[in-house]
Amino acid sequence: MTMAPHSSTVYEGGFSDPVGASQAVFRALMNAIARPGSIHAVPHVTTPPAPLMASASALIATLADADTPVWLDPALTKTAAVRDWIVFHTGAPVTDQRSEASFALVAAPQNLSALNGFALGSQEFPDRSTSVILQVSTLTGGTRLTLEGPGIKGQSSLAPDPMPQHFAAQWMANRAVFPRGIDLILAAPGSVAAMPRSTRLIRSEA
Amino acid sequence: MNAPDTQTQNLASYNFAYLDEQTKRMIRRAILKGIAIPGYQVPFASREMPMPYGWGTGGVQVTAAIIGRDDVLKVIDQGADDTTNAVSIRAFFAKTAGVATTTSTPDASIIQTRHRIPETPLHAGQVLVYQVPIPEPLRFLEPRETETRKMHALEEYGLMHVKLYEDIARNGRIATTYAYPVKVEGRYVMDPSPTPKFDNPKMHQSEALQLFGAGREKRIYAIPPHTDVVSLDFEDHPFEIQHFDQPCALCGGEQVYLDEVVLDDHGGRMFVCSDTHHCESRRADGHRGALLGDEPGQDKEAMA
Ligand SMILES: [Zn+2]
Repeated sequence: MTMAPHSSTVYEGGFSDPVGASQAVFRALMNAIARPGSIHAVPHVTTPPAPLMASASALIATLADADTPVWLDPALTKTAAVRDWIVFHTGAPVTDQRSEASFALVAAPQNLSALNGFALGSQEFPDRSTSVILQVSTLTGGTRLTLEGPGIKGQSSLAPDPMPQHFAAQWMANRAVFPRGIDLILAAPGSVAAMPRSTRLIRSEA
Repeated sequence: MNAPDTQTQNLASYNFAYLDEQTKRMIRRAILKGIAIPGYQVPFASREMPMPYGWGTGGVQVTAAIIGRDDVLKVIDQGADDTTNAVSIRAFFAKTAGVATTTSTPDASIIQTRHRIPETPLHAGQVLVYQVPIPEPLRFLEPRETETRKMHALEEYGLMHVKLYEDIARNGRIATTYAYPVKVEGRYVMDPSPTPKFDNPKMHQSEALQLFGAGREKRIYAIPPHTDVVSLDFEDHPFEIQHFDQPCALCGGEQVYLDEVVLDDHGGRMFVCSDTHHCESRRADGHRGALLGDEPGQDKEAMA
């Protein structure tokens, strides 16, 4: 039986233990969102096509399904492989409308010019918002962000890289519409951190 | 063909922690939104559970969505580990998820609760899951969901304060002793579930993550660790917790929540810790209440 290399990549690399793997990945993410700025290990449980990162793909495989449209940034739509992998392994529809996305996957955060094109939820249903997953190469080697807010004892810090342009200003705008707003999930190789909308960015310094 | 086969098939047909993966995903997404918006009630598609609604189906669904094979589960009902409700929920997860269970507060990674917060301070990494009957703190003021949702959206909490103040006018103090409303992180007014107001201060800046599940009402909400949780009150009538005149009759514990226990039909009664694990560990450490006497070893007789 012959298959295009592209196709075989698409059908491989899903969870081998869907129940245990998704629970482990979920708990890492839940802890990350409950304690903004803290870094949690994500087990290597999925092998997606490039440039989708294993940790980001594990998160999307844990969270997404037919009820949750997924938006992909241009870096992830250069070929159809990532889109097809997500559709095959989660059943989630891929949308090109940011405002309709339950999840957004961003492989090139430095090219993301605006956070406010995503769904922010309504004042009555602020939960109807996009969770934005940024793929970053590091959580400790970039510009240092000092954080305060629920889940943080005093202050915490993160140094993700790469990050969207003018991130401090963009995050302030996101914080200003609370309880509406996006939640940010930072997927690095083997680990995850988060900045839910409740997190205040106190300082941003190189 | 034969009994063992049937049994194997039945066992094999369980989902881990009972819920199917799609349901867990939906509940997990609601939990994450709840944590991101502390105190906000996230709607979710509550499932039928093999237990009556009054038995904490919301809390059970939350626990089922987060629990993993390495978790250690404690379940309490009114502070006790040994009530029918607590025992059956523990058995449910021991069977469907194969997890270890405990009555020890510090040893548990997940504590599911109805009506109490343990006396032993919780630590980082623990998750406290509340079973909630009525999640909407404004429901008694306004029966319509569309209206209470609007009130939360606009932070219209004036009526809530008026109601509490009427309470003071009538009783000389705020008479609400259970489900005493709190404000979370200065934004959402939240129902702490029917815990005694004695426990409200434990929600404030807790080390643990607190998750709330209401099965019948299909709502999930959350308080992250280190989050401000303030009981509503007034300058001239500040919030106060209940005070007990006497220590626990069994362990001598003070500053704990006590239950009244009737001893006989001649009016004999005693006050004992509602948190049974706290009381037992104090006695194991040698603390003795008035009804236990001074001699070690007597407590077994007294309890018999
Ligand atoms: Zn006691």
